[in-house]
Amino acid sequence: MQRRHPSGLASIIGSALAVIFVLAACGGAGDQKTAAGAPSAGSSSGGADLTGAGATFPYPIYSKWFADYAAKTGVKINYQSIGSGGGIRQLTEGTVDFGASDAPMTDAELAKTKGPVLHVPTVLGAVVLTYNVPGVTQPLRLTGDVIADLFLGKIAKWNDPRIKALNPGVSLPATDVLIVHRSDGSGTTYIFSDYLAAVSPTWSAAPGKGKELQWPVGMGGKGNEGVAGQVKQTPGAIGYVELAYAKQNNLPYATVKNASGAFVVPTIASVTAAGAGAAASLPPNTDFRVSIVNAPGADAYPISSFTYLLINKTPADAAKGKKILDFVKWALSDGEQSAASLDYAPLPAAIVTRLSARLDSLSAGPTS
Amino acid sequence: MTGAAVPSERAGSPLDRPTIPPTLPPGATRGRRALGVRIQGAVIGDRVYTAAITFFALCVPMLLILIAIEIFIAGWPALHKFGFSFLTSSAWDPVNGNFGAAPAIYGTLVSSTIALAIATPLAIGVAIFLSEFAPQWLRQPVAFLVDLLAAVPSVVYGLWGIFVLLPILRTSVMPFLRDTLHLGVLPFFSGPAYGPSMLAAGLILSIMVLPYISSVSREVLLAVPRSQREAALALGATKWETIWGAVLPYAKSGIIGGVILGLGRALGETMAVTMLIGNRPQISASLFAPGYTMASLIANEFSEASGDLHLSALMAVGFVLFVITLIVNAVARWLVWQVSRSSGEKMA
Repeated sequence: MQRRHPSGLASIIGSALAVIFVLAACGGAGDQKTAAGAPSAGSSSGGADLTGAGATFPYPIYSKWFADYAAKTGVKINYQSIGSGGGIRQLTEGTVDFGASDAPMTDAELAKTKGPVLHVPTVLGAVVLTYNVPGVTQPLRLTGDVIADLFLGKIAKWNDPRIKALNPGVSLPATDVLIVHRSDGSGTTYIFSDYLAAVSPTWSAAPGKGKELQWPVGMGGKGNEGVAGQVKQTPGAIGYVELAYAKQNNLPYATVKNASGAFVVPTIASVTAAGAGAAASLPPNTDFRVSIVNAPGADAYPISSFTYLLINKTPADAAKGKKILDFVKWALSDGEQSAASLDYAPLPAAIVTRLSARLDSLSAGPTS
Repeated sequence: MTGAAVPSERAGSPLDRPTIPPTLPPGATRGRRALGVRIQGAVIGDRVYTAAITFFALCVPMLLILIAIEIFIAGWPALHKFGFSFLTSSAWDPVNGNFGAAPAIYGTLVSSTIALAIATPLAIGVAIFLSEFAPQWLRQPVAFLVDLLAAVPSVVYGLWGIFVLLPILRTSVMPFLRDTLHLGVLPFFSGPAYGPSMLAAGLILSIMVLPYISSVSREVLLAVPRSQREAALALGATKWETIWGAVLPYAKSGIIGGVILGLGRALGETMAVTMLIGNRPQISASLFAPGYTMASLIANEFSEASGDLHLSALMAVGFVLFVITLIVNAVARWLVWQVSRSSGEKMA
């Protein structure tokens, strides 16, 4: 085969094709840098009017909103749920029209963006503690400092006197406590650690709050399903997952004592109540980058948080900017109605009113 | 792919072979004057062809070098800041920006070692059975099924591990090793048995690398000349002695090549390991304790890493993984070369 004489023309054409192919392949490989963290960023935006990227937690409700909005107005929105960090990176690089994040952007992150960014809370999420304690059938009652000490490794047995005191009449076994946390960076971890940092000075000093932490004890599971799977299988385990995930999978979860001293079951209503409790103390010119963990209010579930859309206040493309604003206004009025059906807590009315006023001032002119 | 790679492994690297000379074959020179135009076209064609092929061949190593440079540049801030302690420190604290990759390096090496320790004897056993003992009707189906292990997606292995392997490990295997066999006195088998652990990761990896090693070994064994076996049998060797003394030494370098292929797979495997290793950045002698690997650390944290130093630290981990893989492969190449040289001397 090696000795066969190739026909001249055919070999020229063949080699030319090979060169073109190789050039194309190499050129394509060099362009991947901007897509860091985004497996298919930009490639699937064909035909869409707007593209966004970010948090995975609100993805189900966002995709429902986008579908409903497209059916109503014909405006197509493409959203890639690549994680909050990726959403912020892509918004900063300007490869998407809007971002989405579970945790508000830090000042350092905001400093790197091309223009001012408005945080628009869309729905609320909550983090619940799920556990596998043999013999316990009713929901466990926990307080912030007990949760912090469990996750700090200071409470090592389930029959610890402090847990017993909170749960009179419950027969707690002498089993070891096994902590299961998220191993992947996640907004869920951010909300949970934000809460622990708010209620425990020790936690605030040592692991602190973030999407990834140096956990004092325990082991990591990937995703909500990884944590839930390990908790379900291991007697004595306790971990944290999103409320929606726990509800949809019928996991047991604890009631937690809130700032007003009441033990609150995490429900859609109690999470919205947390938003309402925090809304009362917002300053008039707030940028909505607020933590609502341990919020005041008798019915407020303490481990709650907003999730945000991140939009440019001064978009380069004014037409696109208007389309985004129109969508956000629609989402806050009509979209919120369908939130509860997908286990998301809708925004409290007080927040919607203030947000609408802010958005109106934005669409009036780019001066705000 | 593996089938094509094996014979060349034994005959030396394909690049060592004399390449096609860019000149015309001897038969064509005689017709040069008569068919001038056609020949000239062929000369140009050959030149272009050679250039294209060379470019093609260089494109792959260039890509590799570019990737290495890119990762190194991205990881440089972390490597520069932490220096050598990046390789020795066990801290991994994204909140305060303090990073050390020692637990992940340790976990990568230990889980891969466990995987090879279990998979290598099994895979070679499978290969010997299929090439030497199995009747023809059994050989193809069994070989096909073993190869099929390589086609199972990594995440499926992970799910199987979570729902089947971990409960078995926790309720049966770990207590058996620790208490019934009293291996708990050794540090390797001590401590509480939760399931997710270095042992679980090593076990799942051993299943995942097995088809690679066995497939390569099988092809190599099948390529051993019949005369090799017949000579041994003629000298009065038993079947066992024939395989041990005549077939395996002949195939040794190829089998080591297969093990290296498996090792490469084990070092880089991400998803299944992440789901089973417990993702705790600590160095523990106990195989029952959770650990971490470099690949799973990157996979877990990259998508949400927002701080520059954090991202850079993850890139630096990627660079370390790259270098370790390179070293392992270089050592393996050297080993294959040593083995094929010494066995070559023995043959001669």
